[in-house]
Formats: sequence, structure tokens, C-alpha cells
Amino acid sequence: GMSLPAFASSDAGAEALYDIPKFGNVSLLHFTDCHAQLLPIHFREPSVNIGLGDARGRAPHLVGEHLLKAFGVKPGTAEAHAFTYLDFEAAARTYGKVGGFAHLSTLVKRMKASRPGALLLDGGDTWQGSATALWTNAQDMVDACKLLGVDVMTAHWEFTYGEKRVQEIIEKDLKGHIDFVAQNVRTTDFEDPVFPSHVIKQINGVPVAIIGQAFPYTPIANPRYMVANWSFGIRDEDLQKVVDEVRGKGAQVVVVLSHNGMDVDIKMASRVSGVDAIMGGHTHDGVPQPVMVRNAKGTTLVSNAGSNGKFLGVLDFDVKNGKVADFRYRLLPVFSNLLPADKAMQAYIDKVRSPFKARLEETLAITEGLLYRRGNFNGTFDQLILDAMMEVKGAEIGFSPGFRWGTSILGGQAITREHVMDQTAITYPYTTLTDMSGEMIKTVLEDVCDNLFNPDPYYQQGGDMVRVGGLEYTCDPMADMGKRIVDMRLNGKPIDAKKTYKVAGWAPVAEGAKGEPIWEVVETWLKANKTVSPRKANLPRLVGMDGNPGMA
Amino acid sequence: ASAQAFDRAAFQAKGIADTLKALGAADATESKDVTIVSPDIAENGAVVPVGIRSGVAKTQMMALLIDKNPNALAAAYDLLEGAAPEVNMRVKMGQSSDVVAVVKADGKFYMARKEIKVTLGGCGG
Amino acid sequence: MADPMKIRASAKDGVVDVRVLMAHEMETGQRKDASGNVVPAWFISDVTASLNGKEVLKAHWGPAISKNPYLQFKINGGKAGDKVTVSWVDNKGDKRTDETTVS
Ligand SMILES: [Mn+2]
Ligand SMILES: [Mn+2]
Repeated sequence: GMSLPAFASSDAGAEALYDIPKFGNVSLLHFTDCHAQLLPIHFREPSVNIGLGDARGRAPHLVGEHLLKAFGVKPGTAEAHAFTYLDFEAAARTYGKVGGFAHLSTLVKRMKASRPGALLLDGGDTWQGSATALWTNAQDMVDACKLLGVDVMTAHWEFTYGEKRVQEIIEKDLKGHIDFVAQNVRTTDFEDPVFPSHVIKQINGVPVAIIGQAFPYTPIANPRYMVANWSFGIRDEDLQKVVDEVRGKGAQVVVVLSHNGMDVDIKMASRVSGVDAIMGGHTHDGVPQPVMVRNAKGTTLVSNAGSNGKFLGVLDFDVKNGKVADFRYRLLPVFSNLLPADKAMQAYIDKVRSPFKARLEETLAITEGLLYRRGNFNGTFDQLILDAMMEVKGAEIGFSPGFRWGTSILGGQAITREHVMDQTAITYPYTTLTDMSGEMIKTVLEDVCDNLFNPDPYYQQGGDMVRVGGLEYTCDPMADMGKRIVDMRLNGKPIDAKKTYKVAGWAPVAEGAKGEPIWEVVETWLKANKTVSPRKANLPRLVGMDGNPGMA
Repeated sequence: ASAQAFDRAAFQAKGIADTLKALGAADATESKDVTIVSPDIAENGAVVPVGIRSGVAKTQMMALLIDKNPNALAAAYDLLEGAAPEVNMRVKMGQSSDVVAVVKADGKFYMARKEIKVTLGGCGG
Repeated sequence: MADPMKIRASAKDGVVDVRVLMAHEMETGQRKDASGNVVPAWFISDVTASLNGKEVLKAHWGPAISKNPYLQFKINGGKAGDKVTVSWVDNKGDKRTDETTVS
């Protein structure tokens, strides 16, 4: 832990946080789910991240004080701010912004200097999440990753630029620089592999295999038509074959660079043997220390490295006599006040932003309250989107997807166009207004709720619950599918299964959907309001969750 | 071994129990030697890859049933001499459902069951 | 006449892996057209596969098999150079036979 006075003197603070002793002879650096955030940002970690069954009280389902206690993080420190939502606004003002590729780059260089031969792994969700990534068709992030020195990557939201664009980037930009690996993507005809499953690299004379695991449910969570000729899935039996293959080729360290989400990774680690580490992403969990999972032939460590450029995972292996003897892991928060901007990266970021700068920085409104997204059920920024969408579209109920990306804004700050795009920059931003029966509304809520709370992680997709505006409901996460959502009400009156309601939504996954982009709808509303009063997030009444360490 | 002519009436049966009866497999026993290989969540309900594997000696027939489809029987396979007890196919599923694999080996019936989820999609981290 | 099947057959350790893609609508008989009339069921009902002329697998299908059906199976005791033949017939009596050599 580090006290505030130490933090205030930036050199001492940086030393305390970042001078971590080198260990062993094979090091891997890992960032994931940066969601195209090139600049430092604020990002509030969740106060609700419920785990059920085996996952109850186990990382990543620990929030706030529960997390601090489990990992021995001292309250009131910079690390406590990085890993939890506690006292968020005040701490954010004290410790400043996090992430930013120029600052991350400085940290990567520092780690590479103390750990010769270290590889930099990118877990995916890198090319999507900002205005500039969308407006440059991912090019700004592709070039930033090359400059950052990424060695190996896998993917999820990358696929929402479409099959052709992904292939084009691999051919034109990544070739010879970054290995794009994914063992679990096949053609839909004969199930041929689309990408190399793995790459074997020599680190200080040790052969190290990095196997890629792309997000298994991409064609479900995102529009299937964008990857019409590709099929995904967890395919853990195929993963076992790849592990056996690379061990056969002499790999002494086997690491899966995964975008499964942490609960799926933990289950996968119990079913596949011969993997030293699964370095994971997708669920955006900033977990200070890995979870150790036993399987048929040994133990696999499972880590997850947060999101939005906030963290760099550092995994050091001591490899002796052809196998891993010991390891050390640190998840380092990237405090932009403690890490000077790397000059070359800053120059690149300035250049790539310059054509868009005025458009990005235009103030649309001022927010009086904290705006954030992350949490199982709702966030204040999602509430703002719901309020805007329902008012502009004339709907009585609003649905907004449970994305886990999207930066936070402190009370009193300007909401710029860039901030709005941080919450909405996707390639299928259409807003819709639909007449939905009460029965259909329940079906939708039950379907998404099962993706979050199914007791078997392989049946989960790893997003959060759809954000709901207007409608009040009660949620019983431990009930069976179809029975979790009860007592739905609109303006105090029970929802009638047969009656139809006007429901506004955005980000439809069906092909052919049309509608004004969500950022235009939000912008219209912000410009009309000018000042945004604090939003009260509409949350369901929860049943049976008292005392769950995944709740604040 | 040559197969008997297949009675297509089984394709008209509804639900698992009646279809098993129509296949003459009403007394099928659950067996760990029968496995269903499929995704837990279907990417596309119109194209769900499902495989059946049998570890039971003398497997002669394998069939796939989908509980919630209008008619449960999707496919039946007669394995003649030389065929390995392993087939993969792609099927349509209108909604989340249990699927059942039925295996006939040396005149006896065995089965396995698995849930495949068909979801509306959307959202994600 | 229906489009040809795509067949891949490869041998490894005495086992032939056969993958077949057929071109067929596989109409369920449940769907209604734009004017509300039920589109009649139209699907491949039977598939036969042979190795060097000897039948090894018979498939009986209903309309729940996906459009442009895929079938994968394995044959013990085959080798490179063997002939794999696949035939199908649909419920309207249309049929198709294609052949490939095991690689
Ligand atoms: Mn992500
Ligand atoms: Mn993701």
C-alpha cells in the first residue's frame, strides 16, 4: 500500500508501485479490453458483480471492501482506488486519471527493460470503444498497438468491423509484427481453422507457446452477419489438442491468451490440462492475483487484467529443467500522473487525433453527478442514455445493452462528444422503437438474465444485465431460467403480458435493422438539457443476495 | 450386419418419450458411453452443430432427438460394417431445448441428454 | 437438378474421415410464405454412404436438419485411394450421387 503523501511526490510514488523485483527467466506482459482508449480516463470499478454457486465470494465476484480484504490491499491507497469503486469521485480527484497509451507505453518499456525478452500480449477488445477507432475503421488502434510493441493478440469486438476488415488488417498491418491467434474460430462450411491457433516464441532460450482463444460467443453477443462465414465456440476439446501439440513440439511454458471471460476461464482451466496460465479478459475484472485452478494433471493460474488501459499484468515464470517451477504475478494500475507520457506514443496519439480534435472535444452538456457504466444491473451513464432515448424517441420503456466498456465522468465535468462516443461507438449503433408485448419484455429480460446468472459459466456470455428504463422489476438471480424476473411494473401498475408497450432500444444484432445512431439521440438530448442533474440508476429489487460479497 | 428398413413414422412423434417409443427405445438407459458434442449456446438456432459419439461395443444405430422441436426426431443413422460410432450433423432448433442422443448397440438402447441454449443475443463485455 | 455435393475424405491411421456438404433448401413445412400459405416440407430424407461400393452408413433425416446439410462420419479400415460415394434422395424424389477419392 502507498499513502497519499508518497503518491503526491510522483517519483517516490512511481517507485513504490512500479519497481517490482524481477523474478525468473520468462516474463509476459498483458493488457486487455482497453476499448480503444488512447488517452488517460477515469473508470469506476463495479459495486455490483454477483457470483453464484461456486463463484460466490470467489474472484472476480468481490467488490469494494470484500476485494481489498481478499487481496490484502490497504484501504485509502492508490491501489484501493484502482481496484474498487470505494469513495470513487474523491479518490479520482486525488489520484488522477488512469491508462492512456502514452503512459502504458512508458510502463511497458520499464518492464521490458527489467525483464529482457518479455512478450506483450493483447487480449482483445482493443480496436473498439472510441470515436477515433470507429471513424478510422480501427486503424488508429492497429497502429498504436504496433508502436506499443504488442507481440501476440486475440480478439472479440475486433470482429464487429467485419470479416473482410479483420483479414485486411492481419494481412496489411499485423504481418511480421503481431501474431493474431485464435484456436476456436472455424469456417462455417468444413470447420477449417480461420487463424493460427498459437505461436511459439523463444524467451531467453525457453520455448513459450501462446495459444489464442477468441470470444466464444461473438456471433451471439454481436451481429452474426458481421462474421457470417465464421463459427466460434469454446471448443475446449480442441484446445486440449493444441496444448498437447505444442507440448509435443517442446514448449516448456504454455499460456492461453483468452477472451472467454473469467468464470469461463476458471471452468476451462479445470477441464483442460497442461496449461500454465490463462491470461484472460472480456469480463473486465481487475483481479490483483490469479485464481489457481486444479485439473487432471496439475494447476493452471487464471488471471484477468481489467479494462480501459487501467492495468498491465506482469507474469514472471521461473522455468527450470524444462518446466515452470514458480511464478510471480502483479496487476499494475497505470496511473498517468506517475508515469510520464512516452514521447513517441504521445506524438502518434496527437497526430491521429488532430483531424478530429475539435469534433471530439466539443462540450455537449455539463454533468452535475458522477457518470459511470459498470455494474451488473445499471450505471448512471446508462441511465442517462435510457433517459435520453426514451424522451427523444417517445418511449415508455427503454433497453440499453449491458456493455462493460465506457469511461466515467466526475461530477461538475463537461460531457464532450468524445465521452458520448466512449459509451456508444459501435458499428451497429441503430436506435429502434418497438411495440413489445408484456410477455416479450419478460422473455427478453429472462434471456439476458440467464446469460449473466446461469449456474454453469459455459452458458454465460459475460456481459451485464440489459439496462432498463421506465420499467421496475424484481430479480431473483438464484431462480431457474424463466423465473428470475418477477413483479414487473410501469408507473406502479403491473405489466400486462398481453398488452403492448413502446420500447426504445439500441445496438440490435439482427440484420437489416435501421434507425438514428444512438450518439445522435444522446447528443440531441444533452444539447437540449445543457446541464445534467445527477442520475438515479433504475435498479431491480434483488432477492436472496444479502451478504453476497459481490455486492456493496 | 444389414439394417432393417427404417420406420419413418418416428419422425411424426412429438416429444422425447413418444419418439423413444416410436423408435422402440422406450427402455433406453442413460449411459456415460454415449456423448453429445455440441456448443452449450447455439450461435444460430438454424444451424446448430451436434455430434453423437458412442463408446458402446457393437453400436448399430444412433439417433438425435430435440425435445422442443415440433417433431423431436431430427436424424437416425444405421451404422453398417466399417462405420465408426461417431456422426456430426447440423440441426435447426426453434428454442432452447434438451437434446437426446439414442444409441442401439447389440440390440439394447442407451441414451444421453444435454441442454442447448438458443438465445436472443446482444450485449457483452 | 440439385447442385453437386462437396465431399472431403482423408485417411489417417486406417480411419477415413468424411465430410459432406449438400445443397438443399430443407424446408421445414412449418414456415408460411408472404401470402400466409404454408410452404410444404421439402427435405433430404435419406443419405447413403459407401466405401469402394460397399454401404457403410445410412442416414434417415427429418426437416430439422439445417439448410445445405452437413454430415461428418468416420469409416474404419479405409485408406488413401479408396472411393467414397454419397447419395441422397429427398421427399419429392429428387436425388443426387457424388463421389470422391480418399486422400
Ligand atoms: Mn471488453
Ligand atoms: Mn469482450
